[in-house]
Amino acid sequence: MTQYAEGITAEIVAEHGINDEEYAIILDRLGRAPNLVELGIFSVMWSEHCSYKSSRAHLGRLPTDGEKVIQGPGENAGVIDIGDGQAAIFKMESHNHPSFIEPYQGAATGVGGILRDVFTMGARPVALMNALRFGAPDHPKTRQLVSGVVAGIGGYGNCVGVPTVGGETNFHAGYNGNILVNAMAVGLADADKIFYARGAEPGQPIVYVGSKTGRDGIHGATMASAEFDDASEEKRPTVQVGDPFVEKKLIEACLELMATDAIAAIQDMGAAGLTSSSVEMADKGGIGIHLDMDKVPQREANMTAYEMMLSESQERMLVIMKPGREDVAHEIFRKWELDVAVIGETTDTGRMVLTHKGETVCDIPVAPLADDAPKYERPYFAPEVRAQIHAKDIAQPDHMGEVLLKLMASPDMASKSWIWKQYDRHVMADTAASSEDPSDAAIVRVHGTNKALAITTDCTPRYCYAHPFEGGKQAVAEAWRNLTATGADPIAITDCLNFGNPEREEIMGQFVGCIDGMAMACATLGFPVVSGNVSLYNETNGAAIPPTPAIGGVGLIPDIDKRAGFGGMKDGDILLVVGETQGVMGASVYLKVIEDREDGDAPHVDLDAEKANGDFVRGQIRTGRLTACHDISDGGLACAAADMALASDCGIKLAHEGANPPMHGFLFGEDQSRYLIAARKEDAIAILQDAKADEIPVQVVGLAGGTAISVNGAHPLELDRLRAAWEGWMPALMDQLVEAAE
Amino acid sequence: MKSAVIVFPGSNCDRDAHDAIAKVTGHAPAMVWHQESELPEGTDFVMVPGGFSYGDYLRCGAMASRSAIMPAIVAHAATGAPVLGVCNGFQILTESGLLPGALMRNAGLKFVCEKAKLTVENANTRFTSHYEGGAELIVPIAHHDGNYFADDETLDRIEGEGQVIFRYGKNPNGSKRDIAGITNEQGNVMGMMPHPERAVDEKHGGTDGLKLFESLLGSA
Repeated sequence: MTQYAEGITAEIVAEHGINDEEYAIILDRLGRAPNLVELGIFSVMWSEHCSYKSSRAHLGRLPTDGEKVIQGPGENAGVIDIGDGQAAIFKMESHNHPSFIEPYQGAATGVGGILRDVFTMGARPVALMNALRFGAPDHPKTRQLVSGVVAGIGGYGNCVGVPTVGGETNFHAGYNGNILVNAMAVGLADADKIFYARGAEPGQPIVYVGSKTGRDGIHGATMASAEFDDASEEKRPTVQVGDPFVEKKLIEACLELMATDAIAAIQDMGAAGLTSSSVEMADKGGIGIHLDMDKVPQREANMTAYEMMLSESQERMLVIMKPGREDVAHEIFRKWELDVAVIGETTDTGRMVLTHKGETVCDIPVAPLADDAPKYERPYFAPEVRAQIHAKDIAQPDHMGEVLLKLMASPDMASKSWIWKQYDRHVMADTAASSEDPSDAAIVRVHGTNKALAITTDCTPRYCYAHPFEGGKQAVAEAWRNLTATGADPIAITDCLNFGNPEREEIMGQFVGCIDGMAMACATLGFPVVSGNVSLYNETNGAAIPPTPAIGGVGLIPDIDKRAGFGGMKDGDILLVVGETQGVMGASVYLKVIEDREDGDAPHVDLDAEKANGDFVRGQIRTGRLTACHDISDGGLACAAADMALASDCGIKLAHEGANPPMHGFLFGEDQSRYLIAARKEDAIAILQDAKADEIPVQVVGLAGGTAISVNGAHPLELDRLRAAWEGWMPALMDQLVEAAE
Repeated sequence: MKSAVIVFPGSNCDRDAHDAIAKVTGHAPAMVWHQESELPEGTDFVMVPGGFSYGDYLRCGAMASRSAIMPAIVAHAATGAPVLGVCNGFQILTESGLLPGALMRNAGLKFVCEKAKLTVENANTRFTSHYEGGAELIVPIAHHDGNYFADDETLDRIEGEGQVIFRYGKNPNGSKRDIAGITNEQGNVMGMMPHPERAVDEKHGGTDGLKLFESLLGSA
């Protein structure tokens, strides 16, 4: 057999990111050398981004089943049962590499892509979330990246008319060369009207709808599967350009088409565009596919089959229709002024055949492209275990109020209103709590009902770096805690696993550790993974990002009137902490901001205590006794109290006795599985009685009142001063005058 | 009273407008597609909802103001019947000449979404008769191009004629004289950037927009 087809060289194969071993498999499966179109198709389908070749071996350990799971990983998005014949459909996905190269379009198309994953399944998208990680605030690229990403997320989501209800933003030098833009979408559908990529049969027409195909985004998936170097900005042409107006029309047209009975299978064209959408539907249906490339709607003249198959032009969908129903699609998509064309049909050959200008330009079996793709068991080692740091190991500060002020005005803790004011959070008129509201999760009412979804994104990368296993566990536990703190029943998660180069054993060790920690937390908390995405090679010039397995959690609030936030505390309320406080300081915000250290072990989550404490708090919320409830996380009790005081516009007098833990451990320790709750005196007594009966550790820590936060009557920090510092940090960063020399 | 909500490609507050009208009147409004050339027979009230009609390409509201349905809306307004444009709807009504002035890019150049404080400047209109004059309201805003502009002569005139209906408490977008909502000279066409349809429900956005629909449509 000839090693290379005409016009193909070893260099061309290497440029497609295919190594010798993989090329040998291609030769074996085809029984001949691939042509350029075929090579391109293998290249994108076997890219890390599409094939999960480094991660698949480990993802199987994540629990994916549950009583409420209708569809787990493997489809466009996960589906959960929320009762009354309704389902919530959600997924989170990364758009890191494109956003670093071209922040506005990278972030915008990230939002567009995740929305399509959700409405492809028949859901109307009802909420968007995002988890963003930027480099150090003073890094020369940071401000430009922040403003571009935020404008891109807003520009797309605002226009499409889906509220962006929440998210999280971190800054760390570890992301200087590789920011993370993770977008999550949540939709609603009737549980018996979900659409899948599976379900196609031979002899059905393949209909292309949406935008025309252009030359943008060619090899985007391959770009997202490689490290960056100094020349990465030259890859800007691989970033796609989004058009939210077309997406809005596409949502309405698809939902209209889905209301008919004409669809056999449907898949959006995301990464690797026409290639992956057609291969996935063929593979899942166990069938073959024939496409006539001349019929693909094209934006530019003289496009080759190679370009059309690898284009990542946005706002396109591929629908396999029931035979004879093509007219239904034509009518609906014409009404919405979108392209629609029958471009091929399904076959019983199990092969993907493409014809262009009268010639067969590709004829390959479908199976090796998808399920038979390479799978690597990459070597790894676990990082060294770090010693834990307790408050007693570090010097006690002089003035607790000044420390609190500094923490609350630090990059990760300061108000992000500069960001979320640019997002329409209210369109669709069902947002009960968003970023602006004192709630640990966003709350979106299920339209026309009195129940609501609680939605959160969470991850603490500094814990994952310190101890991948504990960090992975903590990320899932904190998402569960966020939902619980609103009174929701946590149901399931989506994950977005952002790591460096898996070919390095240290990075692979981080990945494996995080997965195992997540798996344990998911299993113990009954919080399965229903969808997700893996983003590897987040490195520039060999420097990897901190391991960042972002978790998107979804829960259900059965009665929207029985929920909690942290803005309702009243003068005279008793403050209580649920959970044990030992003053653990490793990898804490305190250590980073006050001591300029990032060492120490991550706090360990006791999952049984997590579950017991959370179930107790949720039960108390539903009795209506709590005036406020907030999970205790970054910055410890003092920062949770500061949030509560600011949101309630009421001071807090904290009280602490003894040296175990010492005062700064009590205030700033990041012990896990804790909540700060407030209640009227008589209710607080009832809560303490219930806690005793249930053997839950609950401790009185203070009293609401006044205009300051103080401890044992000393160290007062006036709320006005705190608010100014907390709200002022981000505008000061973003709105400062740009130096003329820049 | 029979209502109609106009739907352009890119409208995204059409459902919210529909629900607010249905809530207040007990009757679902007709949803009228932009390619229609007539309003449903017997239509009294027309609402032009917010969103990004035609993607806001060219200029916000410019293309919608030339769409097939617009002549019917202009003719309807000429009969003295009520027409309300919210957000992108306000932009469409200024572009079509039904309202004076224009809406430019926000002074801060960024999209702004917040719960805005408004003052009712004129409670003696068919849109605001259920409010007290000078009442303070909280109504959400969400726009990139809400910076109301008109020349001083026009501003003096509309202020003098009581056509300024709402003003911002704290100007979020650079609008001249803090103007958030105006009517035409006859008082039957109103445009406003804040979203009253997002303020008709305690569980979402408060209820300060309710009285606007009640003034116009009567309680259910």
